[in-house]
Amino acid sequence: MPLLEVNGLSKSYQPGNPILKDVSFSVEEGEFVAVIGPSGAGKSTMLRCLNRMVDIGEGQVFFDGKDVGAQNKRGLRDVRKNIGMVFQHYNLVPRLTVIENVLHGRFGYKSTLQGVLGRFTEAEKRKAFELLEKLGIAEHAYKRCDQLSGGQQQRVGICRALIQDPKIILCDEPIASLDPNSSKVIMDHLKTISIEFGITCIVNLHQVDVAKDYANRIIGLKKGEVVFDGPSLLLTPQFTDEIYGMKTAVETRELITV
Amino acid sequence: MNETVLKKRKFQMTMLFLGVIVLTYLSAWVTDYGFVSSLEAVPGAMLWMASNLLVNGEALGKLPDIMEKLLETVFMSIAATTIAAALSLFLAIMGSKTTMVNRAFGAVSRFVASLSRNIPVVAWSLILLLSFGQNSVTGFLALFVGTVGFLTRAFIETIDEAALGSVEALRATGATYWQIVSKAVVPQGLPQMVSWVLFMIETNIRSATLVGILTGTGIGYMFDMYYKTMNYEVVALITITIVLAVILIELLSTRIRKVIL
Amino acid sequence: MQQITQQPSVIRHTRAGKINIRSGNRVSIVLRATLWTLGALTVLAFFFFDYTGFRPLQAIPETLYNLKAMFLEPKLSHFGWGEAAMQVAITLGLGALATVFGAVFAFFLALGAAENLSVPWLSKSIRVVVAFVRAVPTVLWVLIFAIAAGLGSEAAVLGMLFHSVAYLVKAFSEAFEEVDPKILEALRSTGAGWWQTVVHGVLPSTFTYLLSWTFLRFEINFSVAVAMGAAAGAGGIGFELFMASGFYFDLREVGMITYMILAVAIVLEVFSTRLKSRVYSAD
Ligand SMILES: Nc1ncnc2c1ncn2[C@@H]1O[C@H](COP(=O)(O)OP(=O)(O)O)[C@@H](O)[C@H]1O
Ligand SMILES: [Mg+2]
Repeated sequence: MPLLEVNGLSKSYQPGNPILKDVSFSVEEGEFVAVIGPSGAGKSTMLRCLNRMVDIGEGQVFFDGKDVGAQNKRGLRDVRKNIGMVFQHYNLVPRLTVIENVLHGRFGYKSTLQGVLGRFTEAEKRKAFELLEKLGIAEHAYKRCDQLSGGQQQRVGICRALIQDPKIILCDEPIASLDPNSSKVIMDHLKTISIEFGITCIVNLHQVDVAKDYANRIIGLKKGEVVFDGPSLLLTPQFTDEIYGMKTAVETRELITV
Repeated sequence: MNETVLKKRKFQMTMLFLGVIVLTYLSAWVTDYGFVSSLEAVPGAMLWMASNLLVNGEALGKLPDIMEKLLETVFMSIAATTIAAALSLFLAIMGSKTTMVNRAFGAVSRFVASLSRNIPVVAWSLILLLSFGQNSVTGFLALFVGTVGFLTRAFIETIDEAALGSVEALRATGATYWQIVSKAVVPQGLPQMVSWVLFMIETNIRSATLVGILTGTGIGYMFDMYYKTMNYEVVALITITIVLAVILIELLSTRIRKVIL
Repeated sequence: MQQITQQPSVIRHTRAGKINIRSGNRVSIVLRATLWTLGALTVLAFFFFDYTGFRPLQAIPETLYNLKAMFLEPKLSHFGWGEAAMQVAITLGLGALATVFGAVFAFFLALGAAENLSVPWLSKSIRVVVAFVRAVPTVLWVLIFAIAAGLGSEAAVLGMLFHSVAYLVKAFSEAFEEVDPKILEALRSTGAGWWQTVVHGVLPSTFTYLLSWTFLRFEINFSVAVAMGAAAGAGGIGFELFMASGFYFDLREVGMITYMILAVAIVLEVFSTRLKSRVYSAD
């Protein structure tokens, strides 16, 4: 049974304006999948349907054998705590320390009261330090997050996802706000995680070359439809043009008229 | 094209200034305000102040009484602001679009805040005076009600700013609503909120004087009493003590703000 | 969770031997100290209160009854709608006069207070004077002017002017200080004098801010004018409110007047919020 299975997923924010159209694919455990497509293609929306951060429209999402759309509040919490998420803008609490932000990843395992009181076990704290060490930012553990560089903050975000002990990590444009060097560090870490811990990764990207360098498999999204799904090696320039082609044409036209 | 924009702007500015001048004349007419007589009044008033608002030995004898009332007023402002802040925090969490539980709660909380903020403190004092009588509780309640409205609006803005990404991230980890509020929204917004509370305490000490005049309590009542009996030496002393109290609190707030913001 | 292999050396421990996750920096210490102090003072405050004639068991139901009479059965009895509209206009007029004059004075003073347009001694002294003026409650200014200049709208406007100026000087000078230094430099390098720099550089880039702050002050001045009518005999709807509640004990009239004040205040608030969001979205 695949870890994640998406069946005929469609989604629209306003009626008559579908963002995702009949998207289907499945992901096996340990896969490193890149989702590419021009901005506005629906990548973020699709990713957020997987853990129901946005409501699933039509179709089904099965995660670890559970129908995500059919879960009640409690079941949804269980689904979410097994799914880590990494964001373009890191989405940390800037004023809190690095270590506090990492430990936020444990809330899914705690009662509301434990969480509100900030009760973390020693094992959890040690694990947090260990992860920070692994990503090379342990020396910043007691610094406030807003004192860190973008690349360092993203590593904190990854630690927060990892401490959840997730089966899968969803990354929404994790390197879109970073310089090339930090981007490489982050992508290398993600790759290591997927190989070493065997955690499945789905990464939204808009750089095709990065996707081809790191992913085993690429899903190409265009206007809410899957136009490519296969091993990275098979993503030929023709397919890339097909995915991005329209957009570049439109962009040039706009440039000329302006 | 640029010229028409410039012309349009020039026209708008001219209209604005004309509008302000017309508004000023209308206001003066409706309030029976004399431009000349008010200009004439200023030097006289300054002279009067310089010669009458002088603290003398007799007035200084009243200092212990004044200090007691001042302390009551300062405490009243602090208590009203702090308790209002607690309620405002709750209302703001309910009212902010990022942390709202549901639309109905959000609308109710914003409605309550708008009501309490837009009915002036004077009106609240007079309304409460009727049933609570002349005592500190009336003043406290009047300040409290007015502060809730103001702080709720300020806190909602703070939360909206503070909660941008982290709420989404914590929701994705499976955190519950109150975990998110207490560990992401509040810690991030707290310094800004404390800053608003300090600002409001300072404002409320001044409002407390006004409320005191109306409700017969605190330093405001004392001012009113000596004012009506034309004992201007004591009036001057009271004014000075209020000014010192407000400036002291302002200096303290500025220092706290420098560290926390 | 998988077992720990080795402990990173950076871990700090609390006195109880547990792993510390707080930063323990100055910010959180000051923040916590402030909160505790405010809490303690609040508790203390209730011992300083004067409870003369305070009977909560009686006052609370009575307030509820009063509120019901005020807000559910509002009615004007001592004056008509025309008169009421006139009184609201007077209050608005007082607020407008104090705001317009305040904005004009504040503009010039703020030029002197802005650090990038002025000299340090002038900027400092204006700030000190403004802080002093702000510390005196408006009602005291009005009352003091009332004896010195005689009662009437002149005293009210002059008294309200003080705070309006102080408030706007602070807001305006901050807006001036945010003007891009490059604009000022460019103008100065062309040989423009101080006034030319202000008129062609500072004013165009801050005008909408100044306008939005001024309108916000008008919103505040409306409620100040209500207060001055009630507490300092400045006339207008505030005075009628004071009469209705303190003199006639006419709850329904109090309710009606409160509704009128509320309506005006909400209109002003909506207007200034719109203006503000337009100013901020423009840049
Ligand atoms: N919360 C929302 N409400 C309405 N429309 C949205 C919302 N989120 C995204 N959209 C729209 O959905 C489309 C796809 O957005 P998104 O999923 O963010 O694409 P991508 O991540 O590929 O850039 C865009 O046209 C966007 O305007
Ligand atoms: Mg996106």
